[in-house]
Amino acid sequence: MKALAVAPVFIPLITLLIGIMLRPYHQQVKVVSLVGAALLTLVGIRLVALANADVVLAVQLGGWEAPYGITVIIDRLSAAMVAITGIIGLAAALYGLVREGNPDVLRNFHIFLHGLLAGVCGAFITGDVFNLYVWFEVLLIGSFALIALGGGRRRLSGTMTYVVLNLLATLVFLLSAGLIYSSTGTLNMGELGLIFRAGEAPPAATLAVVMMLVSFAIKAALFPVFGWLPASYHVAWTPVSALFAGLLTKVGVYAMIRIVTLVWPEYGQAHEVLLWVACATMLVGVLGAAAQNEVRRILSFHIVSQVGYMILGLALASPLAIAGAVFYLIHHIVVKANLFFIGGIAARMTGSERLAAMGGLYAKAPWLAILFAIPALSLAGIPPLSGFWAKFVLVKASLADGFWWAAGVALLTGIFTLLSMSKIWNETFLKAHPQGEKAIRIDDEMRWGWWAISGLAAMTVLIGIGAGPVMEYAIAAAGQLADPVVYFQAITHPGGR
Amino acid sequence: MLSMEFIVASTIAMLTAAGIYLVLRARTFPVVLGLALITYAVNVFLFAMGRLAVNLPPVIRSDAAGYADPLPQALVLTAIVISFGMTAVIVVMALRAWLESGNDHVDIEQPGSEGEQ
Repeated sequence: MKALAVAPVFIPLITLLIGIMLRPYHQQVKVVSLVGAALLTLVGIRLVALANADVVLAVQLGGWEAPYGITVIIDRLSAAMVAITGIIGLAAALYGLVREGNPDVLRNFHIFLHGLLAGVCGAFITGDVFNLYVWFEVLLIGSFALIALGGGRRRLSGTMTYVVLNLLATLVFLLSAGLIYSSTGTLNMGELGLIFRAGEAPPAATLAVVMMLVSFAIKAALFPVFGWLPASYHVAWTPVSALFAGLLTKVGVYAMIRIVTLVWPEYGQAHEVLLWVACATMLVGVLGAAAQNEVRRILSFHIVSQVGYMILGLALASPLAIAGAVFYLIHHIVVKANLFFIGGIAARMTGSERLAAMGGLYAKAPWLAILFAIPALSLAGIPPLSGFWAKFVLVKASLADGFWWAAGVALLTGIFTLLSMSKIWNETFLKAHPQGEKAIRIDDEMRWGWWAISGLAAMTVLIGIGAGPVMEYAIAAAGQLADPVVYFQAITHPGGR
Repeated sequence: MLSMEFIVASTIAMLTAAGIYLVLRARTFPVVLGLALITYAVNVFLFAMGRLAVNLPPVIRSDAAGYADPLPQALVLTAIVISFGMTAVIVVMALRAWLESGNDHVDIEQPGSEGEQ
């Protein structure tokens, strides 16, 4: 059991080490990377099955009992996030088999990928504030290497923006971690939650939590600190940007959900601010997308607006809304990563990323058009796909709490998203290619990419059709977040179950 | 006489102010230095979070008069190592960006070059 709890971190780390040792052997590195990602997915699924049976894994690292040692704790939310991380990692590793550009770059992609996955999984399973900072740094180093992969002027420009802004956000987080320790005397998230819920938190601790939320907001690309995201995501290599689009901002969202539900379970002032921020994020993101004319730039702005939905669920603070946010998180990671993969494949086939220079794909590759339509419609919230249920629950939760304007913003954003997706559809798939049909390149190399996008599209449909069980899981996860007995038990009954 | 707390707090303030000024210059070399200065400020802040103590051991012993909080010392050690690695990474990135573009602006992409591959 204990081994299973730390496996989400150790599997990518061991894969990373084997990958480094096998560096001269490109094919072997790829096989190891695929096996590692598949193992991570299996562990994630096992963790979800355990969490679904109401088992919460808690391990005190090094045998130091909480709150003195570092706690690793996996509840329903953490388990779901680990599973989805494994799935996106697997899809990225599959796409990474496509031969594109320099083979050394490709090999390095597989190595760095697992460094990133280790950081992401670590952030999802830790129960300690300082440890969360360490995992943020691990995933940041991995992401720096990945985003600069391949080099080139345009890519390095985006990289510098990304690096500087993310480092600053992490420093703010470190500052707040120090402040939390000095004001409450603990870094354990469970104990922190207990102190806040008992109303014994000094003002400095409240300030520290607010600072922490600001740094998470930069990482999650919330309004008004989202500018770095659309300036950098579109420059990376396709599987890298898909990986980032799926996972990185969502680590910020996850951390916000975790901390806010622990320290402020009831609707309060902080939630009111978050509500406004969420609405502004949704609108600004989707309006920004309307002004863009490159596939991945449009999709980058949509990440911003979609993150707004998740924060809307968090801000409403009712059990239904939190469940909606969790459902949205799961659905969004799959859909967004898939759209970036498909955008990359379409760009490879047509030879450009600018909408004006693309086209003719519907006639040449109808399957790609269908595979694009599934996540695109899901993103906009068309029934019966996964996005519809996610939006439905959030709108219902806003109306139930009397926030009709928030529900209005959510629906309006959905309409604009649909407009934006139909723009991509018209320009990339329907209209004829400006240089004639012969300019479209279809090569056998893409088959690995096809496996990745078909798998993710199937998941989108499955989450849509099987929305009932997924929603039940999300509601139970929200229940655990609202009443985190397990988090507190990990302190009072160290050693875990 | 100035108290130790005052001196440490002013040091943190000065480091942060200088760091923010340098980061806002938006040229890679000042930005790297600025980030390093802010990192130092945060590290000193983190160290001071265990309260400042003079001549006290960071371990509890029966014959010691008191002890300094060892946890922030451990935390700051971790943070120093991580930030050292981060500075190395960002220096390499800045150098590559400069070599590729011949321009040391953080945002080397000029308007009008949009869509260039």
